[in-house]
Amino acid sequence: MRTIDTKQIKEKVTSLLLESNYNIGEETFKILNQSYELETNPISKSVLNQIIKNDEIALNESIPMCQDTGMAVIFLEIGQDVYLTGKKLYESVNEGVREAYSIGYLRKSVVDDPLFHRTNTKDNTPAIIHTDIVSGSQIKITVAPKGFGSENMSAIKMLKPSDGVMGVKNFVIETVKKAGPNPCPPIVIGIGIGGTFEKCTYLAKIALTREIGQHNTSGDYSKLESELLEEINNLDIGPAGLGGITTALAVHIEYFPTHIAGLPVAINICCHAYRHKSSII
Amino acid sequence: MTLPLNNEIIETLHTGDNVLLTGYMYTGRDAAHKRLCQLIEDDKELPFDIKNEVIYYVGPAPAKPGYVIGPAGPTTSYRMDSYTVPLLEKGLKGMIGKGLRSPEVIDNIKKYKAVYFAAIGGAAALISKSIKSMEIICYDDLGTEAVRRLYVEDFPVIVVIDSKGNNLYVR
Repeated sequence: MRTIDTKQIKEKVTSLLLESNYNIGEETFKILNQSYELETNPISKSVLNQIIKNDEIALNESIPMCQDTGMAVIFLEIGQDVYLTGKKLYESVNEGVREAYSIGYLRKSVVDDPLFHRTNTKDNTPAIIHTDIVSGSQIKITVAPKGFGSENMSAIKMLKPSDGVMGVKNFVIETVKKAGPNPCPPIVIGIGIGGTFEKCTYLAKIALTREIGQHNTSGDYSKLESELLEEINNLDIGPAGLGGITTALAVHIEYFPTHIAGLPVAINICCHAYRHKSSII
Repeated sequence: MTLPLNNEIIETLHTGDNVLLTGYMYTGRDAAHKRLCQLIEDDKELPFDIKNEVIYYVGPAPAKPGYVIGPAGPTTSYRMDSYTVPLLEKGLKGMIGKGLRSPEVIDNIKKYKAVYFAAIGGAAALISKSIKSMEIICYDDLGTEAVRRLYVEDFPVIVVIDSKGNNLYVR
């Protein structure tokens, strides 16, 4: 048994949120630069150049790369040998969010009630918190601030088993086409396949915490990721939707066993501000 | 190109043109648009004169000390579609956002001789460098969604829908 004060979690949440909003990370910089080299269309090249410049300014000046600093999505993988002390866990996580969005000059984008009142909570809480109990005596915290330009372009569909691989592909392509310029392409696409209605959306979100461009360890799914990326980049949506071969930077798929009658598929779209950071306590 | 706009300037703008804007513009997004349209519906005066003006669909991040404004890139425009026609009727001439517009909005851009520009989505830190002053005009209670008046210099945009109804997103 290991004792961890939830104050430590709060502090980690704050620092991870600041870092993820200011620093896109080396791997994404690398992929953006590669895309810039590959594009031949001058407009697409210019858009990618401005995105890279933008991300460099954010890093150098410690300011957010995008004004939409997102709703704070926090994943906690808690070892079952951990004993938590101090304030309530969720309260501490939300305190960490409040602190980050205040000291970091991040935008407060959360409203208290989605339908009737829509009053801004002015501190970007509450966060969306997902907890998972795992083995061991550590806590892994992953933060993924999620902007809604791309979140709004996401979709879920309960396919039939007979729809198969083509059904999944068609749904993904249709969703990306329909989104067009709206989600700030080049995008990263998280796909959850299997499980139940809510499980596949969770998997799609988890897929957006993977290091950019890394493939699923299953050969079948890895191949599907590559095929989808190629087909999406042939759609000529391009950076900012102005044409070109860089519509998506990566496609990440997560899967889970499902029911004999089902093939749930969720597509979570992320803009080029592919923000996520993890740390282990 | 200097703001405010007028019909002569708008006629020179064509889909696909890269333009650098200098002058004053207003900000507004979902919640502010809802209030502005409510005022129009109630036959009340708008909090600023919208004739020939440009609205930038943006909710900026807070400014760090020493900064005029925080990162301020465009938000997705289709959410303002249902509020756009009454504002065009009142004389709004330009909109800056990103992404698709409804057929109704495009028809009215033609009808009222207006223009829809796109700024690069997600280039918020870079775009904020061309914003030289910022003041809150109204709806301060909305936080980032308050209406602001910005002075911009060489603010980079692309003409997406021109006054003839040509659309850069349709290729």
